[in-house]
Amino acid sequence: MEQFLSIFTEDFFYATIRMASPIILAALGEVILERAGIFNLGIEGVMLFGAFFAVLGSFLTGNAWMGVVFALLIGVVLGLVYALAVVTIRSNQAVTGTGINILAIGLTSLLSRMIWGVQAVPLTVKGIGPLKIPFLGDIPVIGAVVFNHSPLVYLAYIMIGVVYFILYRTSWGLKIRSIGEQPKAADTMGINVIGWKYGMCVISSMFSAVAGAILSLSFMNLFVDNMSGGRGYMAVASVILGQWNPMGAALGGLIFGAGNAIQMRLQAFGVPIPSSLLLVLPMVIALIVVLAVRGSASARPSALAKPYYKE
Amino acid sequence: MEKLDNQVTTVNYDKLDELVRKFQKIFNIFVPIFAFLVSLIVVGIIIKIQGGSIIVAYSSLFKSAFGNLNSIGNSLSRAVPLIMAGLGIAIAARANIINLGAEGQIIVGGIFATYVGINLQGLPPVLHITLCLLAGFIGGALCAFLPGHFNAKHNTNIIITAMLLNDITIGILGALVQGPMKEVGGFAPQSAQIAMSARLPMFIPGSRVHVGIIIALVLAVIAHFVLFKTPIGLETRILGGNPLVAKHSGMQVIGMQIMLVLIAGGLAGMGGAMEIMGSQFRLREAFLMNYGYEALAVALLGQKSPYGVIIAGILFGALKAGRGGMVNAANLPVSFSMVLSGVLILCISISPILMKIPRYLAVRNISANR
Amino acid sequence: MEDYIYMDDIVKRFPGVTACNHISIGFAKGEIHALLGENGAGKSTLMNMLYGLLKKDEGSIFIEGKKKEINSPQEAIALGIGMVHQHFMLIPKFTVIENIVLGTKLKREPLLDFRAARERINGILEMTGLDINIDEKVQNLCIGDQQKVEIIKALYKGAEVLIMDEPTAVLTPVEVDELFIVLRNWVTEGNTVIFITHKMREVVEICDRISILRDATYFGTYPVENLDEKEVARLMVGRDVSLHIESTPQPRGKDILVVDKLTVKNDIGLESVKDISFTVAAGEIVGIAGVDGNGQLELIEAIMGLNNKKAGRITLNGESIEKLSPRKILDKGISNIPFERQKEGLALEFPISDNFILKEEWNKPYRKGLFLDFKLIWKKAEEVMKAYNIKARTPATQVGNMSGGNQQKVVIAREVERDHKLLIACHPTHGLDIGAIEFIHHKIMEERNNQKGVLLVSTELEELLSLSDRILVMYKGEIMGEVEAKLENLSSIGSMMLGGCHGKA
Repeated sequence: MEQFLSIFTEDFFYATIRMASPIILAALGEVILERAGIFNLGIEGVMLFGAFFAVLGSFLTGNAWMGVVFALLIGVVLGLVYALAVVTIRSNQAVTGTGINILAIGLTSLLSRMIWGVQAVPLTVKGIGPLKIPFLGDIPVIGAVVFNHSPLVYLAYIMIGVVYFILYRTSWGLKIRSIGEQPKAADTMGINVIGWKYGMCVISSMFSAVAGAILSLSFMNLFVDNMSGGRGYMAVASVILGQWNPMGAALGGLIFGAGNAIQMRLQAFGVPIPSSLLLVLPMVIALIVVLAVRGSASARPSALAKPYYKE
Repeated sequence: MEKLDNQVTTVNYDKLDELVRKFQKIFNIFVPIFAFLVSLIVVGIIIKIQGGSIIVAYSSLFKSAFGNLNSIGNSLSRAVPLIMAGLGIAIAARANIINLGAEGQIIVGGIFATYVGINLQGLPPVLHITLCLLAGFIGGALCAFLPGHFNAKHNTNIIITAMLLNDITIGILGALVQGPMKEVGGFAPQSAQIAMSARLPMFIPGSRVHVGIIIALVLAVIAHFVLFKTPIGLETRILGGNPLVAKHSGMQVIGMQIMLVLIAGGLAGMGGAMEIMGSQFRLREAFLMNYGYEALAVALLGQKSPYGVIIAGILFGALKAGRGGMVNAANLPVSFSMVLSGVLILCISISPILMKIPRYLAVRNISANR
Repeated sequence: MEDYIYMDDIVKRFPGVTACNHISIGFAKGEIHALLGENGAGKSTLMNMLYGLLKKDEGSIFIEGKKKEINSPQEAIALGIGMVHQHFMLIPKFTVIENIVLGTKLKREPLLDFRAARERINGILEMTGLDINIDEKVQNLCIGDQQKVEIIKALYKGAEVLIMDEPTAVLTPVEVDELFIVLRNWVTEGNTVIFITHKMREVVEICDRISILRDATYFGTYPVENLDEKEVARLMVGRDVSLHIESTPQPRGKDILVVDKLTVKNDIGLESVKDISFTVAAGEIVGIAGVDGNGQLELIEAIMGLNNKKAGRITLNGESIEKLSPRKILDKGISNIPFERQKEGLALEFPISDNFILKEEWNKPYRKGLFLDFKLIWKKAEEVMKAYNIKARTPATQVGNMSGGNQQKVVIAREVERDHKLLIACHPTHGLDIGAIEFIHHKIMEERNNQKGVLLVSTELEELLSLSDRILVMYKGEIMGEVEAKLENLSSIGSMMLGGCHGKA
């Protein structure tokens, strides 16, 4: 017990905040998208693409922030592809998302070998390291835990508020939510349903791509095959856990981040649990959460994952 | 004047129906071929960028997949788990249930079969093989139960639960082959070999193809008859077409949904079992990696029809068997086959619009003939 | 009268159909103008084009003599055109005010600041005399209030022309009267109401002029003052219509269905059917009247075994069925024409033959051993298609490629040809043309004459009056009373639909 409690050190909380950030960012994107009535399992793949292109951008330009720009661009492209498939062509959203995920695993691995060859030690690039915030960073304990992260990590947490504000305090949010509830009604009110759906696909995809950039530029400064490692699925689970509310989704992200951090601490302690099991601990938490949280049917956007036919 | 107007406004429903169905038949064949060609072209572009020769690459792919008896056997043996899992996905998809959990189901099926294969000794082969296959089925079904049950009963998202479970089973597999199921005295993270009595006999002596392929083919034929010729098959398809009608027609919708997921999982698990019993004989860490996702491509490419799954399964098996040769010839990383599957799934996922074309064509055709 | 809006030579084609065939029609200021026609005559299509929801293929629209292009609802709204759809375009989880301001420019765009909007809405409420709590969620409002929200929504956007698509279909007679008063007041201020309907009585009661569409073509515009109901009906259909059906008196047989103190809870645990008791005897048609959503759906689902949250007894032919599974109940001999044929009755992508044997797929003679006997099914389907005049070439025809009337005939053929003692028919003629309605009415009457019990659920009072022997009126899950199916009882049915207690001796 004592040993278990000793997990919860400063390092643990630091790691939780850090590990949660990509999940939170991707989950926020998914919240916006699902509020507009679209489900995207492919954010796992988008994250992976984002991670890869961030490294590629940093590698080509020597500037880590250009890596983020690269990630944003691939996010836009993938968002448009996804929108084309599920909004215009009305393909099955789960199948299309899976297609993107598989393509991501294959293509990023293929491209990384084509560009950098097969290397014993993966190539590292310029990353975006921690940035201590003046004054706040000097607060004892809290400063070290909260205010000494990569700017991209801060971004993820800032976006919680931004997304919340947009969804509930602006007419844009009202429009997005109306589309996810009753696209036909939104249409008769003069809202461009197809346009907004495209927009949300692109924006949410950008969120996930930047989440991927956090993984590759802020955590490791390199790209490894399949480095998203199921975080996209955890983001989707966070959205369900958070009942389609950005705050709730962020909380979900934090829980999975904590799961990740516990897992890392336990490995460091050398507990007699096989590492491969520890690695999937956050997944187990996510699974239990998704099965246990039924929630009220009212939180779920009514038109989620239903294709929209404009007559 | 009024009479003429009437003719204009009346739909010729007979003609419409006839043409729609005719075009649908053509498209059923055209869509998978189209998707496959697009995927080959995409990979071709990658080969070209890489500086390889497309012709050399694809001909070496073909040679190492179908060049001689040995390679054909290899292709067929790769096809077995794909056909089995693909069959399960196809059947469930007929009832509009997407089983993305095949990856985990294959693994659990393999684990169960290995356990039975190692720990039961001295049984007659027929009995032992049957028990192992059964264990595989149960393992796969068990893995499918959680997502399937909660989806049918409580409307949880079967897609996300299945995906999470896939990753979890991979972790469990890793733990097992490093721990409890690790071969005694061995170094590599793998189990001991299963008993000789649990191994599937070779189908063509001198090749690697085992009788699993026969079992898979027979099951596909049975699946075809059940789906299209029996009451339960009709109910399954109606459930996929319109679940409310199914409910109003007295079907136990929730029970059927759970049963179908269990069957899908069971078939995938049996596929994993056959791989252990016919080809690998022991459990390894990356056992049948990504086969579950490729089985999704197989089911979609086969247009959710059991016979289509056979063809698509063999095609994908050949791709798996032949990619080694292609990798050498075109200097490609192995991961290109994932690219191919990904593009294929994306192409097929957009096929609904292609299937809308028949209606459009039929309407055009009617207008033109007026 | 001078036309404020003029739709000139409008053509709209859908795949395989011409929905509007060179229609020219004008609407003036200060009038309530009815657009009349049978189902499929093109009324809704025409109005959807005026509101910008559909694009016209040919023709032009003039407003005050100026040619206008209307390509989206937004453009229509900008021109002062509003529309209240038959199926309300409201978002149940949003409040009234959110529904009203959705899609409009707010004062501090993009911030959600309702202060200015609230003032304007209050002004509209005062002007029209409508009364509604604008902070209530729409899902908590009754249907009549939801319609008021729709009207306020249109007025908030500055509508001077209001298109109303069958606005009275969901209302009780009293609510209809209220609506008419509001509309009357509103047009006297120089506004226009375009009223889509197929109810003659309302046309005569409230409208100034009517325009008739028949088979997608324009048939003429007439001032109402010179017309009576019969003449309007003749204009609409093109021949004398008699929806009256000869019914020979039947001896009342023994009780087929007995419902005793039935209470049903819906998905969210509310009692949607409260302590209902009634019987249906062999050889009689019992009608259930009521505005949609007053528990009819839940009542039928409970009888069919589709809802398990119920208390009370249901017996069929003396046998208790309330604990049986849906399949068993079907096999005991209840046939059911469901509320919405396309949603609950048919699998559209499947052939007639498959749809025809549904519910009987396990039973002889269609099942032979493990397999379905397709030869027999085909033969039987062909016979039935002939007997029911289902227009399709072969039983392999996909029902999705058939007209609505023929689809409903497939459902009715299936339910009537099954071995059954009780037929439940829910909205059996909804959305069908007059020919199909006549056919179906005769079939239902035939059932009665064959000594079956028939339970007829409908919102069309005329249909209930002409078919039923007795009529029960449902309101908020309760049976308010029972009356004989006579025209004299129309007004008491109307008041019971609103919750008044009558006829319950």
